[in-house]
Amino acid sequence: MNNKTPEQNYALLYAGAEKHCNEFRLAPGAKIHIGLATCGIASGALETKAAFEEVIAQRNIKARIHTVGCVGHCYAEPVVVIDHPESGFPPIFYPNVTPGKARMLAKLFLEEGDPRLEHILGATEENDLIPTVNEFSRFNMEKRVVMEKCGHIDPEDIHDYIAEQGYSTLVKVLQNPPEEVIGEIKQSGLRGRGGAGFPTGQKWALGRAAAANEKIVICNADEGDPGAYMDRTILESNPHQVLEGMIACAYAIGAHKAMVYVRAEYPLAVKIVSRAITQAKDLGLLGKDILGTGFDLDIDIFQGSGAFVCGEETALIKSAEGFRGMPRHRPPFPVEKGLYGLPTVINNVKTLASVPPILSRGADWYRAIGTPDSPGTAIFSVVGNITHAGLVEIPMGVSLRTLIFDICGGIPNKKKFKAVQIGGPSGGCLPEKFLDTPIDFDSLTGAGAMMGSGGMVVMDEDTCMVDVARYFIEFTQNESCGKCTFCRIGTRHLLNILDRITKGEGREGDMAELERLSIDIKNGSLCGLGKTAPNPVLTSLEYFKDEYEAHIYEKRCPGMMCRPLTAFYIDLDKCARGCDACVGCCPVDAVFTTRNRKKGIDQELCVKCGECMVACPPEYDAVVKVSPPELAPIIERPEESKEKNAK
Amino acid sequence: MHQALTVEEEISLNNIRSRLSEFDKQRSRVIPLLQMVQAEMAYLPPAAITIVAEYLALSESEIYGVATFYNQFRFNPPGKHPIKVCMGTACHVKGGDIILENFERKLGIAEGETTEDREYSLERVACVGCCALAPVTLVGDLVQGHMAPSKVEGTITRIQVENERKEREKLQEESSE
Repeated sequence: MNNKTPEQNYALLYAGAEKHCNEFRLAPGAKIHIGLATCGIASGALETKAAFEEVIAQRNIKARIHTVGCVGHCYAEPVVVIDHPESGFPPIFYPNVTPGKARMLAKLFLEEGDPRLEHILGATEENDLIPTVNEFSRFNMEKRVVMEKCGHIDPEDIHDYIAEQGYSTLVKVLQNPPEEVIGEIKQSGLRGRGGAGFPTGQKWALGRAAAANEKIVICNADEGDPGAYMDRTILESNPHQVLEGMIACAYAIGAHKAMVYVRAEYPLAVKIVSRAITQAKDLGLLGKDILGTGFDLDIDIFQGSGAFVCGEETALIKSAEGFRGMPRHRPPFPVEKGLYGLPTVINNVKTLASVPPILSRGADWYRAIGTPDSPGTAIFSVVGNITHAGLVEIPMGVSLRTLIFDICGGIPNKKKFKAVQIGGPSGGCLPEKFLDTPIDFDSLTGAGAMMGSGGMVVMDEDTCMVDVARYFIEFTQNESCGKCTFCRIGTRHLLNILDRITKGEGREGDMAELERLSIDIKNGSLCGLGKTAPNPVLTSLEYFKDEYEAHIYEKRCPGMMCRPLTAFYIDLDKCARGCDACVGCCPVDAVFTTRNRKKGIDQELCVKCGECMVACPPEYDAVVKVSPPELAPIIERPEESKEKNAK
Repeated sequence: MHQALTVEEEISLNNIRSRLSEFDKQRSRVIPLLQMVQAEMAYLPPAAITIVAEYLALSESEIYGVATFYNQFRFNPPGKHPIKVCMGTACHVKGGDIILENFERKLGIAEGETTEDREYSLERVACVGCCALAPVTLVGDLVQGHMAPSKVEGTITRIQVENERKEREKLQEESSE
């Protein structure tokens, strides 16, 4: 770089970043922070941004837009924070800002100084005027370590990160002996956040000890769990924190090459990480002689092509080498023989993103968060039938009940809680009696689920557990790489049996068969995919046996989700004469008019999509769903209606 | 049964040939090469597989072996408006399969197929990662959250209206010239 010390080099970078950011921060007028991660964009944040820009330009308002990542409050997307000091109000958090709302806010708040209190969630800072968002448990019960800066900084601008002391840990780390970094991480008790929970410090020590001239660090961002998107959000909202962790890891083990293995299905994450790498290179934070410390590191991106099994480290390596992503036997572990036979340390995104906060605040600070055996925080994407869905970062050891009911607001529509599915296809469904289980690696495994990478799907009383088990088996069956017979053929048989049960063709003995097969698959598979694939079946068999029995013996689906076992009909006592609300919404013209101008459903045509139930005005509420289907009364379709339909 | 290549596709093949030199002749470049081909042509036609195989001095079957393992790669051309229905856990719980079925019925094709006029193709994807918006559908690159069976018809109609508008504009331009 030059002949300055690392401290001086960093001070220069910091001063440059601060100057760059102050240009924005100290500029007159309001600042509008808009979250532009994938979920924000999906909810229409780009349109919202365009609406702000349009009004600002038209009316010549003094305001600037700052695009940030995701704050994790997906239920409130698009999220906008407006900081308008001249109005006298603190920065305000606005949820669900549609383009229309954006135009209104631009005119009324930015121009006239009226914050439209009916639309706010709260202020983001303490003040005397309006309540802060911190009064909501969704905000104040979280503990943000990894996601602290997510949603506050612009992920596409490295200066934003450096101005928040980003990359500062490297100054010390890269000048100390590598053993000290490993010692600090060991001391912190950080465990791998990819699911298995292997102690990170120990992995790094093994990597350090491996004798080889070349070593490799891989950041595993092949997040294939359906229902989990924490890694993507972190990469999209704060990629530099991950890169900083990777640099520390590479230095600790003595690697000069690193790779981010990210799913190609995450185009925005790929774009943002590539840009982050280029920016870091330009500032001398990557490449040759990082910060003038003499340490070299290059980071490449490899785009994973969408195979779930590639989240497994040996399969990931195979795929990066250009082969079919099939796992191999361990040992040798990748830390001994990994990519191209070189010692390779593979860490999850969240693990690496935890490293900079640990190094800057110390292992003891980290140990104080969470439980003794699982220190630190856990990030979950809480989705499904839940009021405040989104990403939640909590200290380990918080109970499931607190997370689901206190932090995330419980189940919407006054429905009852039925189960929570943790750990994706490898995890299990836990019923209500496990709600007081603390969230940490060992307690969840003990309950039959697992931490996994952090997907959490909450299900209400209308969910059929047999169908959920079938869904997961369908997924793993599809994703099984085919190497082990038990996983390849066993999952197929599991799926066939579950398919039959959900169609109402279940037989005596099916449940015993499912259980035996599941145990055999667990024993007969090499990698984590096969070993955990039957978990959804085993846990649902154990905790929701009655549902399997209802399907098999009564041909009834208690959750009324299995469509062959349900039927819709229209209650003629409630149906309003002459009302046509349900007719237009039916995709198959199954709704007909009876002789007394009420409506009926042609069971032969009905595909059971449930749209008529949504369309029926609540004051009539005439559409009824029943299981088994025989419970639906038969209403004859008049001949003239049949003819009309045929035309 | 492979469809003959269109003129545009022949041009894309030439682009691919000229971009080969950006990649090292190494086994580990197989997947990035295939990704480049797919970015260029939207699918992997046999001719492109041959090009990649020759460049890396591997057999075509070896390349097919890798390509078929991964969900990302497709072997038939997608429609102009590829529709992807998310089948992640959250979308499943909220009725993603009903959405998929409605698209199948509306377009008259099964999942994994392309309509005859190559306008639409329909696919299921494992998870696009917007679970809080479930059920989710992608039309092209546009994510549509909170889908409902009744929104399926509107989605298709919107594309049609958009197409017709473009046609009209094109005609107007031509007539004004």
